[in-house]
Amino acid sequence: MSNATTKTTYQLPIGPIHPALKEPVMFKFEIDGEKIVDVDVELGHVHRAIEWTGMRRNPIQIIYLAERICGICSFVHPMAFCRAVENACDIEVPERADYLRVVHGELERICSHLLWAGVAAHEIGFDTVLFLTWEMRERALDLTEYLTGNRVTKAILTIGGVRRDIKKEHMPKINESLNYLKNGFEKLRHVFLDDKTVKMRSQNCGILTYDDALKLCAVGPTTRASGVKKDVRADQPYAAYSDLDVDYTTPDKLTGEVNGDVYDRIIVRLLEVKQSIELIEKAIDKMPAGDLVSEPKIPKLLNYIKKTAGEGVGRDEAPRGEVIHYVKFDGENEHPYTWKVRASTYANILPWIPMLKGEQIADIPIVAASTDPCMSCTNRVAVLNNQDNKKYLLNKEHLHQLSIQKTRRLMR
Amino acid sequence: MNKKKEEKQMSPEEIVKYFKDEFKTKIKYSEIKKRTTGLKKKEFVNIWMRIDKSIFKQYIKKLCDLTFPHLAVVSGNDLGETIELVYNFSIYYGKHLQEISLNVGVELPKSKPEIETVCDLIPGALITEREKQEMLGIKIKGIPDNRRLFLPDDFPKNVYPWRKDEQTKKEIEKLYKNLHEGANKK
Repeated sequence: MSNATTKTTYQLPIGPIHPALKEPVMFKFEIDGEKIVDVDVELGHVHRAIEWTGMRRNPIQIIYLAERICGICSFVHPMAFCRAVENACDIEVPERADYLRVVHGELERICSHLLWAGVAAHEIGFDTVLFLTWEMRERALDLTEYLTGNRVTKAILTIGGVRRDIKKEHMPKINESLNYLKNGFEKLRHVFLDDKTVKMRSQNCGILTYDDALKLCAVGPTTRASGVKKDVRADQPYAAYSDLDVDYTTPDKLTGEVNGDVYDRIIVRLLEVKQSIELIEKAIDKMPAGDLVSEPKIPKLLNYIKKTAGEGVGRDEAPRGEVIHYVKFDGENEHPYTWKVRASTYANILPWIPMLKGEQIADIPIVAASTDPCMSCTNRVAVLNNQDNKKYLLNKEHLHQLSIQKTRRLMR
Repeated sequence: MNKKKEEKQMSPEEIVKYFKDEFKTKIKYSEIKKRTTGLKKKEFVNIWMRIDKSIFKQYIKKLCDLTFPHLAVVSGNDLGETIELVYNFSIYYGKHLQEISLNVGVELPKSKPEIETVCDLIPGALITEREKQEMLGIKIKGIPDNRRLFLPDDFPKNVYPWRKDEQTKKEIEKLYKNLHEGANKK
C-alpha cells in the first residue's frame, strides 16, 4: 500500500488572515474528517521590532511607544512599563495616582471585555448581540474620551504617576455612564448566560483542564476559567488594588463548577465587567486628595533615571491576563539597556493546542476567539513573512459561514 | 502534576536561605526588594538572584519542589562577554496579596551560550525559550521544538537581533536599509 493514497488525515492551514480576530496568525491543522487531530501555530506576521526601537528611546518616549503595542490595551502596557521603571529606580507614586490608575485600568477592561463579547457573538452568528455589546462599549469609550481626551491611546500615564486628574465636575457624567453600564450588564448577562443556543455552542467545547492551564503558564480569564486562581490584581499589591479587595473571578462563583470550556470563559469575562464597574465606583469613592505625580519636572526625572543603574519588572493584569515588562538601566545612558515585553496572548498560545484538539472545524473560530487573542501584542518585532500556502485554503468567510451553519443546525 | 498541594508558605528570607543552604556559593548574589503601595501600604516582594550555570537545572527542580512556579517570561541581556538570561517567575499566586516575584539570572559565555531546557518541568516555557534562541542566539539543549518563533524563515542565520556587538549592529543596519520588497530574495 502506498502512503500517498491511504493517508487518513490532511492538513488544513487557516490564516494568517485569521477567522477569530482581525489580526494575523497562522494555524496549521491536521484534520481527520471533521475532527482536529493536531494543531501548529505560526507567529510573527506583525512583528514590529518595538522592543528594539524602545532600546533607542528615553523612558518618557517609551511610554507612548508602549501604548502602541496594542490597540486595545493602551493603558496596561505603559502601566507595566512605568511600574518596571519605578521598581528599577525606586520612584514613588502618590496615593491619588494609584487610585486614578485603577479607574483607568478598569475602564479599559470594560471596553475590552465588551468588545470581545461582541466578537464572540459574531463568531457564532449572533450579530444582534454584537450591536448590543458594541453600543455599550461606545458609552464606555465616550467616558474614556471624557476623562483622558482620547478614546484609545489615552496618554494618561507617566513615570511616577498620572497626567490628568478626575475632578468634581466630572462626577455627574461618570455616574451616569456607570449606571448605564450596570443596567446594560444585566441585559447582557441574560442574553449570554441564559440563552440555549449559546450554551449549546459553548459548553463542553474547547476545554482547557486545570492541569494544562497551570503547566502551560496560561494567564488571565483563560486560566481563571479553568479554575486556576491567578490574577495580578489579587495576587500582589500594586496601584490601589490592594486597598480595594479584589477577588479571583472563577466560573464556579456562578455555576458552582469549573469545566474550563468556552462557556466558562464567557462567564468569567462577563462577571469581570461587573467587577470592574464596582472597582471604579469603589476607587472613586475612596480616592484620597494629593499630588498626581511625584516628580513633575521631566528633565529632572530623566536625569535621575540616567544616573541610576538597576533592573526591575512590572506586572499588570491586562484584560487578557498578566502583562510583564522587564527593564534594565546601566547608569550611563538615558535609554534602557534592555526592555522586554511579554504580552498576555504570548502566554496563551500554547493552551490553544489542547483546546482545539478533538474539536470540529466549525468550532475553530469560537474556540480560538475564546482566549481573546491579541496578535499585535504578541508579535512585537518582525519583518514580513512570505509563506506560500498552496494546499487547501479555507478563507475566513467560508469558515465563518461554517460556524454560523453549525449554530443554525443546533437551533433547529 | 496534580492539584496544587496546600503548601506551607515561606517568607522571602526563608526562600533565599532555602536555596543558599542547598547551593552554597553557587548562588552568586541575592537581594530582597520590598515596595509598598496604596493607602494601606501593603508590601510587595521582589527577589533577585544570580546563580551559576552549573546548578541551573537543579535550581529549577528545587524551585518546583517548593511550589509550582509561573514562568512569566525569560528576559535576556547581552553583557558583552556573556549573555545573561533572567527567568521571571512568580510564586504563591492564588493567595490573596501573597505573591512573590522571583527573578533568577544566569550568565552564559558568548563563546558557548548553551543552557538546559526547562520545558520538561514547566511545559509553558517553550514559547519563550524559542524566542531566546532566535533573538539572542543561545542554544537551549533538549528543547522539544527547535524552530523559529517570530523571525521568518528567510531571515539570515547567525544574526541575532538582541545582541549588542558591532557585528550584529552592522548586519541589522544592512537589513533595514534593504527593507523593501524582494530585496532579500535569494
